[in-house]
Amino acid sequence: MSKVPAGLKYSKDHEWIRLEGDKAYVGITDHAQDALGEIVYVELPPVGEAYDADEEIANIESVKAASAIYNPAAGTVAEVNEALDGSPELINTDCYENYLYVLSGVSATALDGLMDASAYEEYLKTL
Amino acid sequence: MNEPLLIERSKAGRSSYQFPQLDLPRGFDVALPELPPTLRRSKEPRLPEVSELDVIRHFTRLSTMSFGVDSGCYPLGSCTMKYNPKVNEQLASLEDFTAMHPLQDVSTIQGCLSVMYNLLEDLSGITGMAWGTLQPCAGAHGEYTGLKIIRAWFEHHGDARRTRILVPESAHGTNPASAAVNGFTVTTIPADAEGLVDIDALQGLLDDTVAGVMLTNPNTLGLFEKHILAISEMVHAAGGLLYYDGANLNAIMGMCTPGDMGFDVVHLNLHKTFGTPHGGGGPGAGPVLVSRDLVPYLPKPDIKLVDSGYAFDWSSELSIGKVSGFWGNFLVLVRAYSYILRMGAEGIRAAAAHAVLNANYLLSRLKGTFSVPYGERCMHEFVVSLEDLKEKTGVSALDVAKALLDSGYHPPTMYFPLIVHEALMFEPTESESPETLDELADTLIELAGIAASDPQRLKQAPLTTPVRRVDEVAAAKNPILHA
Amino acid sequence: MYSYIPHTDEDRRRMLEAIGVSSLDELYDDVSPEVLLSESIPIAKSKSEDEVIRQVSAMAARNVRGVPFLGCGSYDHIVPATVQAIASLPAFVTAYTPYQAEISQGLLEAIFEFQTIVCELTGLDVANASLYDGATAAQEAAALMVADKRRSSEILVSPTIHPFTLQVLETWAKGTGRKIVLLPEKDGVCDLSRLAEMLQPQVAGVIVQSPNRYGFLEDYTGVADTVHAASSLFAISCDPLSLGMQKTPGEWGADIAIGDTQPLGIPCSFGGPSCGYMAVRQALMRKIPGRIVGQTVDLDGDRAFVLTLQAREQHIKRERATSNICSNQALAALMTTVHVSTLGWAGLKEASRQSYIKAHYLAYHLAQLPGVRLVWDAPFWCEFPLVFDDAKKMRKFIQELRNEGIFAGVRLSSLTRRERDDLMLIVAVTEKRTREELELYLAAARRVLK
Repeated sequence: MSKVPAGLKYSKDHEWIRLEGDKAYVGITDHAQDALGEIVYVELPPVGEAYDADEEIANIESVKAASAIYNPAAGTVAEVNEALDGSPELINTDCYENYLYVLSGVSATALDGLMDASAYEEYLKTL
Repeated sequence: MNEPLLIERSKAGRSSYQFPQLDLPRGFDVALPELPPTLRRSKEPRLPEVSELDVIRHFTRLSTMSFGVDSGCYPLGSCTMKYNPKVNEQLASLEDFTAMHPLQDVSTIQGCLSVMYNLLEDLSGITGMAWGTLQPCAGAHGEYTGLKIIRAWFEHHGDARRTRILVPESAHGTNPASAAVNGFTVTTIPADAEGLVDIDALQGLLDDTVAGVMLTNPNTLGLFEKHILAISEMVHAAGGLLYYDGANLNAIMGMCTPGDMGFDVVHLNLHKTFGTPHGGGGPGAGPVLVSRDLVPYLPKPDIKLVDSGYAFDWSSELSIGKVSGFWGNFLVLVRAYSYILRMGAEGIRAAAAHAVLNANYLLSRLKGTFSVPYGERCMHEFVVSLEDLKEKTGVSALDVAKALLDSGYHPPTMYFPLIVHEALMFEPTESESPETLDELADTLIELAGIAASDPQRLKQAPLTTPVRRVDEVAAAKNPILHA
Repeated sequence: MYSYIPHTDEDRRRMLEAIGVSSLDELYDDVSPEVLLSESIPIAKSKSEDEVIRQVSAMAARNVRGVPFLGCGSYDHIVPATVQAIASLPAFVTAYTPYQAEISQGLLEAIFEFQTIVCELTGLDVANASLYDGATAAQEAAALMVADKRRSSEILVSPTIHPFTLQVLETWAKGTGRKIVLLPEKDGVCDLSRLAEMLQPQVAGVIVQSPNRYGFLEDYTGVADTVHAASSLFAISCDPLSLGMQKTPGEWGADIAIGDTQPLGIPCSFGGPSCGYMAVRQALMRKIPGRIVGQTVDLDGDRAFVLTLQAREQHIKRERATSNICSNQALAALMTTVHVSTLGWAGLKEASRQSYIKAHYLAYHLAQLPGVRLVWDAPFWCEFPLVFDDAKKMRKFIQELRNEGIFAGVRLSSLTRRERDDLMLIVAVTEKRTREELELYLAAARRVLK
């Protein structure tokens, strides 16, 4: 069973997002990291760029797979997780601790369309 | 076993290749301006400085650490690794071909143009299409070209809404990729229970945004799309065009044609179907053949037979333009042409029939040992699944493939098509004798036995190759891409 | 009995029985009778090997050979005998793409050496295992540029790149929302003076070529900075042998180097196979198209080579891929690798320098003749434009030289199909042209132009 912490919001593309004040942390779920296998590279977006919801924003690569990350909520990239540059496997180690990037300017209603933990768990069962 | 890089054998001053002495009249250098300093190279490259014998030994050793069709049985599914006849090599190395410059006057290249023209006629006949182009340099390049033609057709007919291409979920990765690089969006057609195109699902996907449907027939599971005429009717009724990926033409050539099946655009892989060698990854050739209506859209230049002989024709206003630097991989075309001459109509047909015979025979030998997810019979290739074996013994398709290396075989294609788990895809081709197939089958059955009794042994394989299993994660994480 | 099919009647009988069918035709049960051919496909009957040799050799003999002063993307250089010897080894010739690393170490190592040579020659960090040719390499560079910059759609292209490369780029852009925009041209070279203002936000990158379509070397001082200031990429296409003398793409600050390695060990072959190359800066490593070989270790910790960074490629990325290439020109890349390894830097520099000297010798003496002139005064390397006063004289010149067994040059208008190029002959001289051949050319030229 993959881990689905409460308190986060989830997208159907297996991204999680967590609001902290006016900042939002974005990462991939345990289900996603498990499906990818050993991660060898993470391509992160440029800081300062604005992205719409569902826009392709990042890429994660393992040896046999490449996965696009679709931005779960509109906002501007305020920060990226630089640690992933040299150690992409951190996502395999703990995908909820090791976010991909931080958005600013995310509206309070932007997360309304996303799933909470129990809904995402239900969704995973349908796959 | 390890062969050092040539650069590691390098010793300053050892290169000894000699060019003719510069032999111009005295005082020639009055004509010689120096290259301005801003345009001059300043940093010297680090290139090997070795003797000629060093070069020969190095690459000869490297060749012994490589595996070709000439080395052993190569049942790599979807790649049609048949024998590459030596006479084709001999003819492609004729100096009257290799020395020809692509921009010579047309009166001096009648030999080259006649090979190309006659090859196009033969390929048109084999595919049942009207005419084609030899410019694409590989199968994927052919797909790119064919899809450009489809786009140009709809643009010319004022139908710009058609921006979608449909591909089956079992399709080669190049199909969706070729559509995407051409600016199309891609929709996947699910397979039905038999592994064929799900006709109802296809019907539901067809609308006035669909430009084309790309099919491989037989498909990547080695199954003939038996509803092809119905499919073709549906696609055309919806205003779309039907694209034939020729990767698997070897199963049906001489038996039936893509043209008769209703396809509008066809690409071929001369390096698969027509016996030209793959060269360790190329050069190949990916001619595109089209139905009569699409001929004006073919790349420029066309080749015509006129009163004065063969000629390039640049006149088509509707042409998509050029797709490669010159006229295509000409020496590959020479090989394919001499292959077709040698085989003739009856030989082409026999090659298909024996490719299918060999695949079915190997399947009949293996189906008691490995599970066969689709069909009891196949065309020129088939897919087995090692999912059960993995569950029972922990031995994966990869392990079995690696163990085959120790037995002197090139493994089948692994983990494709994506719709079969733990897939191994076998394509023995018509070149292999039944004795070879029996030995291969015996080896595989034996490996399945070892999987049950001593799985660790297979997880260690290969043991007899120049290197053991390689660390692909390290390669991709911290890439070292040059010396 | 059929060619290349080993089965005997007995084999067929035994195999059909094992399968459980009675005939070969029964194997085609799934093919409906409406589709099955009732008659033979319309091609000739099978021929013996000897008959095929005679027929194809006779076709080859219809070609006419001459002493080529032809270039424009394909060049007749000296090739050491080592190249064909190695490029004929069956395990190289008949191998597929090296998917199975353990039995493909030789091929992988050779490709790794090719990548190293391309990096060293171009002065860039990462090279791939080859592309189809120089023209499609430019197309792949354009695709890389557009994929690398958000919301970009335009490529600025030098008007002096090879006309066929330009045509391939135009085919690529057509109907897809992408746009090829030509930079201005001045005195035979790309005019980059207005580059800054042309670098609008939608511009993904700039592609130039040196030596260019006329043979001139171009000066790219300051270009990389201007392009980078606009967050765009800069690609230079060049003949790799010219890098024996001229400044490298790396030294110009380019992000991408492209071109064709045909001048390094690959015969003209009527235009193909040749071998496209691409090298990029480290930052673009995971964006470069095509196969790449990397060095790693095996289970025992020994050095090993393997196809790597495959997550970029079509078989994994499918409809998200930015390039569809899989088969490339591996055997032609091997020819270049053996060629350069045989020559070393000393030999490569010598070939480059002798081509330069001999081209200048011929140009200088042709310029003394009436009715023709050299145009523009940009420096050139091994190829130059010779302009005639009138078309009739030009045709006569080409014909007379052909009668002497010399192919005098390429009419630029045969590539561009433009009237303004009608009087321009592009003459290429390589190190392979002997003094006798040069004198023969000049003597014939003097006779025609007197």
